[in-house]
Amino acid sequence: MPDGGLPSVLDVKDLKTVFRTRRGEIHAVNNVSFHLEAGELLGVVGESGSGKSVTMMSLIGLLPMPPAEVRNGRVMFEGQDLLACNEDQLRAVRGARIGFVFQDPMTSLNPVFNVGFQIIEPLRKHMGLSKSRARARAVELLELVGIPDAARRLGDYPHQFSGGMRQRVMIAIALACDPKVLIADEPTTALDVTIQAQILELVKELRQKLGMAIVWITHDLGVIAGIADRVMVMYGGQVVEQGPVRELFANPKHPYTRMLLETVPSVTGERAERLQVIDGQPPMLAQSPDSCPFRARCPLAFERCEQENPKRVPVGPGHDAACFWDVDAGAPRDV
Amino acid sequence: MLTYTIRRLLLAIPTLLFISFIIFLIVKLSPSDPTAGLPLTIPPEVREQIRESLGVNQPVFVQYFRWLQLMVWNEPLHLIEGWTGWNVAPESTTRIISYQTRSPVMDLIMQRMPQTLWVVGISYIVGIIIALPIGIISAYRQYSWFDQLGTFISMLGFSVPTFFTGVLFIVIFAVNLGWFPSVYDTTHVVTDWDSFIVQLKQIIMPVMVLGLFNASQISRFMRASMLDNLNQDYVRTARAKGLTEKVVVLVHVLRNSLIPVVTVIALNVPAVFGGAIITEQVFKVNGIGQLLIIAIQSGDVPTVQTVSFIFAVLIVLFNLIADVLYGVLDPRIRYD
Repeated sequence: MPDGGLPSVLDVKDLKTVFRTRRGEIHAVNNVSFHLEAGELLGVVGESGSGKSVTMMSLIGLLPMPPAEVRNGRVMFEGQDLLACNEDQLRAVRGARIGFVFQDPMTSLNPVFNVGFQIIEPLRKHMGLSKSRARARAVELLELVGIPDAARRLGDYPHQFSGGMRQRVMIAIALACDPKVLIADEPTTALDVTIQAQILELVKELRQKLGMAIVWITHDLGVIAGIADRVMVMYGGQVVEQGPVRELFANPKHPYTRMLLETVPSVTGERAERLQVIDGQPPMLAQSPDSCPFRARCPLAFERCEQENPKRVPVGPGHDAACFWDVDAGAPRDV
Repeated sequence: MLTYTIRRLLLAIPTLLFISFIIFLIVKLSPSDPTAGLPLTIPPEVREQIRESLGVNQPVFVQYFRWLQLMVWNEPLHLIEGWTGWNVAPESTTRIISYQTRSPVMDLIMQRMPQTLWVVGISYIVGIIIALPIGIISAYRQYSWFDQLGTFISMLGFSVPTFFTGVLFIVIFAVNLGWFPSVYDTTHVVTDWDSFIVQLKQIIMPVMVLGLFNASQISRFMRASMLDNLNQDYVRTARAKGLTEKVVVLVHVLRNSLIPVVTVIALNVPAVFGGAIITEQVFKVNGIGQLLIIAIQSGDVPTVQTVSFIFAVLIVLFNLIADVLYGVLDPRIRYD
């Protein structure tokens, strides 16, 4: 717990996941540490391939192994280390204590089973409900996520639902067994903006009603600003900055975070203004992680960034960043 | 679904008429003479009379429509009479008569159907039973030694023709080892345990030869279809729900993977009736396939025409069945 105080429901320490490929190892997740407080909504941002999803999948054994391999780390959840659990113990956590919502609701549901079957499955397995009890609970869940005429729609197949409705079904499945933690992996990316807003509202509402902690993965900073309590910025398989949402948006300390925030076009700004971009390419994760992953694109990079990989240091209340350069002082940090 | 099926059945009628006409023309175009197989001592004028009596000299269209009338009207009535004992059929002369045996073609087919269904049908079922688990395991453990071995054997079974494997099996198991008889005796009747063993022994080799071929084909389909589905997002969802691998693979993935495979299986059923013609020949099973071969060799137009037509009907029918099954298995497909 970097900032002490509140109890964490999920505490991840030094998680390291590599993918073994023919061309060597890909360091997809590098010594990632974070925690999730009860009832908190943690936003995880970063560009494609920054390790956001892989980090979350590693926690719970959802990555295909091989080629993936979780090499190091500790994931404390409800008093047990998930990385030390066997497959059976993990299965008892997945879908029961930790729920998942994935990116593409079009393909995330099984097309040949009706949604009732798909919601009832985890209920029967984890909560041991009878068929009729499970059915009643499934109707409740569909109503909870705002699907009208829920009892009748149980018998419908996924293709009979629109994208937004399917994502609601996915959320219902994830919430079926009252999980402590909900991991939402870009749940609104595949949806159009109005539906996205509806889903965001729904999640906010459900969070208040049910009080679970949420990890919300996205690359949409606007979504994060509107929904998260705390933000974690990832780059090249590492957490580069982390802090309360207002503090981080107002006061970014890592050059990547700053540049990322500058790329967001302003609605009120000059029309002729060109969109800001971060020059260069995302890092090759095949390289060994002993230097700063952002150094090649960083305007502030200096010698030390080549030689060492920076660790996160506190830069404000509950706010830390992994950079050797102190942007406030305009000089290298003395750590 | 029902209106779709009815519409398809109605559409099948012109298709089948067209097919039967083409078959008829092709058979007629072949330079065969129904009297060629008769002894040379028969004088030419007698031959001519025989041809006349067979109706070979009539115009092609007259012959075709004559056959068609017998096929779609007289023969079904005879069939009904045979089953129910009602006296509905016209006199026994008005049937499709084989040039060769002078007996009704339908009777020949009915005599030979059981052999074909037994040997080829069992080999098809055996093939499916072997192929599905192999395909599933091969896909689930892609590139494992099991998959490599399965792939190798499938390629072999699929690419080596049955007349080669058939003869090879005969040489090894019948001639050298003497385990099984090389000829399938269709007059054998199963009455007790010992005669059942005899039947089992004589059926093993043709079933193995055809079963290997069928299993190779179906297991490849099964594997490919499973691989397509194993990486789908819904599989990750199923795992994220905490379901066991068994449920994930055998319920979620298998149900989706079976859709194309069931279609392939259904489409291949007419081939069962067609009775792997070559294999029947190799093992001397006197089934439909062998009937067709002998009829072709002796220019027996009515038999060739009728057997081919029945195959055509089966192919059209099972195409329809495959489409209907597709709709049953995949809720996204609705025909109405």
